[in-house]
Amino acid sequence: MSPRQARPQFESWGRYPRLSAEVLPLFWREDFPPARASGTKMLAVGMGRSYGDVCLLQNGTLLRTPNLDRLISFDSETGLLRCEAGVTLAEILDFAVPRGWFLPVSPGTKYVTVGGAIANDIHGKNHHLAGTFGRHTPCFELVRSDGTQLLCSATQNPQWYAATVGGMGLTGLISWAEVQMCPIVSRRIRYRSTRFVGLEEFTALSQASKRVEYSVAWIDCVAQGRNFARGIFIQGEHDSNPGPLAPSPKPMLTLPFDLPPFALNSSSVGAFNTLYYHKQLGKQRTGLVDYEPFFYPLDRILQWNRLYGREGLLQFQCVLPWESDPMGMIQVLKAITASGLASFLAVIKVFGDVASPGMMSFPMPGITLALDFPIRREVSFDLLDRLAAITAEFGGRMYPAKDACMSAPHFQQFYPQWQDFSAFIDPAFSSSFWQRVTGLD
Amino acid sequence: MLVARNPDRLTAVAQDLLTRGALAAETWVMDLDNTSAHEEMLATAAERLGRIDLALIAHGVLGDQQAAEADFEIAAAILHTNFTSTVSLLTWLGNYFQAQRGGTLAVISSVAGDRGRKSNYVYGASKGALNIFLEGLRNRIDRDGVQVLTIKPGFVATPMTAHVPQNRLFASPDEVAHGILRAIERRRDVVYVPWFWAGIMLLVRAIPGFRFKKMNM
Repeated sequence: MSPRQARPQFESWGRYPRLSAEVLPLFWREDFPPARASGTKMLAVGMGRSYGDVCLLQNGTLLRTPNLDRLISFDSETGLLRCEAGVTLAEILDFAVPRGWFLPVSPGTKYVTVGGAIANDIHGKNHHLAGTFGRHTPCFELVRSDGTQLLCSATQNPQWYAATVGGMGLTGLISWAEVQMCPIVSRRIRYRSTRFVGLEEFTALSQASKRVEYSVAWIDCVAQGRNFARGIFIQGEHDSNPGPLAPSPKPMLTLPFDLPPFALNSSSVGAFNTLYYHKQLGKQRTGLVDYEPFFYPLDRILQWNRLYGREGLLQFQCVLPWESDPMGMIQVLKAITASGLASFLAVIKVFGDVASPGMMSFPMPGITLALDFPIRREVSFDLLDRLAAITAEFGGRMYPAKDACMSAPHFQQFYPQWQDFSAFIDPAFSSSFWQRVTGLD
Repeated sequence: MLVARNPDRLTAVAQDLLTRGALAAETWVMDLDNTSAHEEMLATAAERLGRIDLALIAHGVLGDQQAAEADFEIAAAILHTNFTSTVSLLTWLGNYFQAQRGGTLAVISSVAGDRGRKSNYVYGASKGALNIFLEGLRNRIDRDGVQVLTIKPGFVATPMTAHVPQNRLFASPDEVAHGILRAIERRRDVVYVPWFWAGIMLLVRAIPGFRFKKMNM
């Protein structure tokens, strides 16, 4: 790809690959299905916070949903919210937190839409207890390109429900959805962070905090030798003492420009990681923090993806089942540290055994690791291919929402049900991801 | 009370407001081009609400400039929707607020009304005329405690501009809404939203006519 290539109108969060498509915003639910040239395909896309090409469609029409941002109803007794699918989790929090309600599942950013959260069946720090986002959306409407409206729930059109949750937006447009919110009495999170070295210590900490609502760990993917797999384990719970619920502060910083490509190299990231690790002086720290920095530390810097320069970034997220532990994860981490393609945003977490409701949902019981890589020509792609091979060897799978380069054979091994799923795809819908991993339109 | 042509869209907006905590959200389906039906709508609003404190007038069409150059009827229709029908609403509401000795008239005009450009001067003329009308109305009823706010948005990403390639100058409806709210709270007369359009239009207005007529804008 030539670096001078014109920027397409719409990019995913990783800003790779760059694919040109027509962008058509939807303003009202009745704007769908749109009039369009026959033969061209379409795909609904919300905030574009997935990293690769799962939300892109080369030479197709991207239906942008963030203007479908209306609330439909809220039951203040039960916490059941019904809203249009373009409502973001940030908008839900602004609405619900002052009323004493919180999201059932929070990903690492609040700037995603409800439709996107369902289509990728996202997960968060409470996966070990709550499962995926789709488990908390009792009902939604799926509209097909022929105008058919399907009400989907556990009892109505259950097969369409299962195909659409985690269905990567391919089954049609999710027009509205219900989200079952959770009661809180304070904005604050009571947390504890603990330094660890090595995967054994990490899994022991995870085991010990099985009943704690939220847990996640940052892991250093640069350090080798005696510091290999060091990190900080973070756990937290909504504070049970009544506290403030007032509206959230707005993010302060926007990264106004792309950093040059040399800004993120292994020594700068290594230095950052060492500082970050030692920022916490003692072995353990506890405290009370607002939910914003606890759940969405990176949302404070709007457009942090620009740290990676105009070339963009690659994300990798895999889950390896427990049986393979810890050899598989050690191999993955060794391959990353050996590559020197450092990344300071690496997250590791234990997934619980709460079943995912979607046919194509990513989470399964095991350990999941997520991190970004700068794009360095061949090297980054070679590394990701190696990581995919290790994931496959140990019976794990990779996350389509974070992927820009997994091969078709790997995808089909990770998701052997893909052919059954393809029967539910809307004939007018597709994505560049789907075309890449199946070879189909 | 919400007034618009499409009942489904009205319901969607009313539900949103009610869910977010509005005490009431009445709806009224009508085409504002039909000025003879304005009085009934406005009188009903005053009756149902008990009192009107604020009216936001936000309807309008961009129109097809080239078609309007060729056909006066098309130009007249743009002027009717953007200017004449708004004048009808403002006449009733201006008198109502004056008698009440208070209230706010917030009217969405456009930066396009500041200069006549060859690419959209029919739309621009409808907004320019509206600006003059609002200025005069303000001069008449400001002393009665009525705020008359002329809102001049730049490019906003709405259905009206969905067919135009978006660039950095485009603002989100949310940003513009916050700017309007702030201007109402501060009892401003004229507001550019987002704010940087005040600077842009200052420069555009400073271009002398003999140069302006040669430019492609």
